[in-house]
Amino acid sequence: MSTQTSNLEGLINQEYKYGFVTDIEADTVPPGLNEDVVRLISAKKEEPAWLLEWRLKALHYWQKMKEPTWANVHYQKIDYQAISYYSAPKQKKDGPKSLDEVEPELLRTYEKLGIPLHEQEKLAGVAVDAIFDSVSVATTFRKKLEEIGVIFCPFSEAVKEYPELVRRWLGTVVPYTDNFFATLNSAVFSDGSFCYIPKGVRCPMELSTYFRINAENTGQFERTLIIAEEGSYVSYLEGCTAPMRDTNQLHAAVVELVTLDNAQIRYATVQNWYPGDKEGKGGIYNFVTKRGKCLGKYSKISWTQVETGSAITWKYPGCILLGDNSIGEFYSVALANNYQQADTGTKMIHIGKNTRSTIISKGISAGHGQNTYRGKVAILKSAEGARNFSQCDSLLIGDKCGAHTFPYLEVKNSTAQVEHEASTSKIGEDQLFYCQQRGLSTDDAISMIINGFCKEVFRELPMEFAVEAQKLLGVSLEGSVG
Amino acid sequence: MLGSAKPSPVPEPARADMESLLLKSVSKQEETYLDQFRQGQKELAGWGHPWLDQVRREAMARFSGLGFPTTHREEWKYTNVAPLARIPFRPAGFVLNGLTQEKLSRFLLSDPGSSCLVFVNGHWCPGFSSLEELPQGVYAGSLADILENNPTRVEEHLARYAAFQEHAFVALNTAFLNDGAFIEISPGLVLDKPIHLLFISTVSDTATVTHPRNLILAGPSTQATIFESYVSLEDGVYMTNAVTEVVVGENAVITHCKLQEESRQAFHIATLQVQQARNSTFASHSISLGGGLVRNEINAVLGGEGIHCELNGLYAVNGSQHVDNHTLVDHAQPHCTSHELYKGILDDKASGVFNGSIVVRQDAQKTDAIQRNKNLLLSKDALINTKPQLDILADDVRCTHGATVGQVDQEAVFYLRSRGIDEEAARRVLIHGFAREIIERIKVEALVTLLEERLSAHLSTYHKTRERV
Repeated sequence: MSTQTSNLEGLINQEYKYGFVTDIEADTVPPGLNEDVVRLISAKKEEPAWLLEWRLKALHYWQKMKEPTWANVHYQKIDYQAISYYSAPKQKKDGPKSLDEVEPELLRTYEKLGIPLHEQEKLAGVAVDAIFDSVSVATTFRKKLEEIGVIFCPFSEAVKEYPELVRRWLGTVVPYTDNFFATLNSAVFSDGSFCYIPKGVRCPMELSTYFRINAENTGQFERTLIIAEEGSYVSYLEGCTAPMRDTNQLHAAVVELVTLDNAQIRYATVQNWYPGDKEGKGGIYNFVTKRGKCLGKYSKISWTQVETGSAITWKYPGCILLGDNSIGEFYSVALANNYQQADTGTKMIHIGKNTRSTIISKGISAGHGQNTYRGKVAILKSAEGARNFSQCDSLLIGDKCGAHTFPYLEVKNSTAQVEHEASTSKIGEDQLFYCQQRGLSTDDAISMIINGFCKEVFRELPMEFAVEAQKLLGVSLEGSVG
Repeated sequence: MLGSAKPSPVPEPARADMESLLLKSVSKQEETYLDQFRQGQKELAGWGHPWLDQVRREAMARFSGLGFPTTHREEWKYTNVAPLARIPFRPAGFVLNGLTQEKLSRFLLSDPGSSCLVFVNGHWCPGFSSLEELPQGVYAGSLADILENNPTRVEEHLARYAAFQEHAFVALNTAFLNDGAFIEISPGLVLDKPIHLLFISTVSDTATVTHPRNLILAGPSTQATIFESYVSLEDGVYMTNAVTEVVVGENAVITHCKLQEESRQAFHIATLQVQQARNSTFASHSISLGGGLVRNEINAVLGGEGIHCELNGLYAVNGSQHVDNHTLVDHAQPHCTSHELYKGILDDKASGVFNGSIVVRQDAQKTDAIQRNKNLLLSKDALINTKPQLDILADDVRCTHGATVGQVDQEAVFYLRSRGIDEEAARRVLIHGFAREIIERIKVEALVTLLEERLSAHLSTYHKTRERV
């Protein structure tokens, strides 16, 4: 604890440290969105006809849709024709066979980000799929995973190598008609991770994806699909950063998870996209659709997220609890500092019998930040004996920020038990006083209290992420404490 | 969505605009009311007073602009008023339909000293009312009377609090603003007996609508209890679209209690708009037992420091009833507290909505707000949508909300059964106890007695023997 608390002062004054730009020649499609662009993306990826058709269906559907305005966030209208929908680092023709073939400049970028691929391979035992702008750059540990039957590869490769699997599951959780941003993603998604855990396999290591937006004026639209077959288990992590720019960039990803009987997926996100500067200029618009489907009985999906970055976050990782006795969990820490806006929460749709869900959400607002929890718990008629517990706490630091809570509880079955609790408060002066009286400085005390506030969520994160998340929180609260 | 912190004067759109809106063709459902307004506006009380005419015309224009809300509007997401909009309601006349003092007595408080204002189909009925016991310094009577004879007395307050800009039903009520209760309590006066406002509907064959409008002005340092009840003589299709504005002066302690027992086929839409001044205390108790489609809205604006606001509510419905409770507590000033507890009991195919919102504005430091919503679902087909909301812009606050949905506690049933009480009785005791928590919060004995009696009668209509879940 002392190492994290003692250097908070340093962390507070730290600027966004992932804000560098990597100078790499990139293959970027000119801005604009039309059928030709979609065809071009599809052709670049050498995709089969069915996928192109699916993309086009999504595009045509999207063209008829209106951008939603219900979220509690404010931003200038996005010009969808000014965005480039594909940007890839230029590579040698045939793509890298192993890490040694990856462009050294790229690898250095990842080193700067703190994920030395080589090192990680050996030490941490984490398999990383790194995504740079729109394409997947390197996937470590692939061979080793293949031996036990786990498929973990870039999405575009999965389309080529395992087309039946992709075709069977793509869009089953988030259909292309789902919502404005998911539909846009369906039309133009470039790459992402694909992961398949066969029956009865317990994935021996944490799988991880690292996302980075590098090029200017591009949007990143990745698509992740994870399928856990009967009785399997996987823990998956994702992390995100972007360079500092004073224009806003769009990130509209889609994540689909499927669990069959007795399977379990743990999905953790540490999101640290560039949040914009202190005046709220620039930053990433993070409009993401994440959803898991507990298809089989006794299956389980748990989402853990630490949202510290992005100018605007708009994200509701949800679970459709279809299988009897399935479980959905959502643990979240969302931070809104300076002019950041976060509208995040979850959806738990109980359909199967005896389904259970837990929601723990911690929102921290500082500076001019606006933090909104928006969640829906729906117990459908068929969900006999369903159980939900939700707790949403907000912490306010400073008098210019705001915390908002909008839970929706819809109960259509009388055997259900639903509980929702929320609270909003500031750091208690008596708590601070107590710590100071015991010799801690104000900063240490505050840092300690905030970490304690978020502890319920942090302990759901894998070890190395939990440490990073705590540090991130310190960095992101720069200048707001005291 | 936010109420305004100060009483805002009605904005003045250009006159030409309003005329064109009034003439503009609107959909058929709204047309009915527009026609009624064009034809009947001259008969409304106080016609010819420029400010009153203007408010009514603006409200009518706003109503035709808004139209009836659809479920696409967030505030009406779970309550579909399409069935109501489809019926061409006609204005209700003053029809006694065999109503006598005897028939009336079962709706009245048994307390001998209490005062009562009776409105039949929205029209003031002095014959049935009893105001003899009212002390000096209290005016209680018909709003229509005041509008005819002395409109300046209400000009400062009437229609200044209940905003109709975003609310079609308040707009409709304001356009047809005519009769209702007007109560004014002089500073420093303490009333030890409640004032009862009884709205009784004597249903005729055609579907009728009433727009009761009440204005309650409680001066500084006053204490009073106002009891509003909505009842019907017979079962029938009609609509009550009521608006009550309450202005609570400094240091005043005002309790407002409402019992809604409309006919099972009736539509009841009501807004209670409260404006509180410094150091005042206001308590609302809203009990909804009747009605086919019910919407209760309570908005309290805490416009001074040191205010306490308490909102309690009970909705017990069965059959195919639908009841929707919307509350908004607007903490506009620092050092205020608000406590809210709403409880619901839903049986058969009944559906319920609770939407409670707490807004804490940027200056409202040291706010302490608590909101609770608890629901009992008694049958497989009952349904509840609950949406507690916190909207907080100040940092030094303590705000919590909680919502629960569950069933009768099986362990409690078991406990009672182990003491020799049969299951049905045990369940009844527990349900009754669940509901009583709200009624117990009322401090006026005569009111508690009446509500307790009505609640027991209502709960006894619940299905007795049925396979329970």
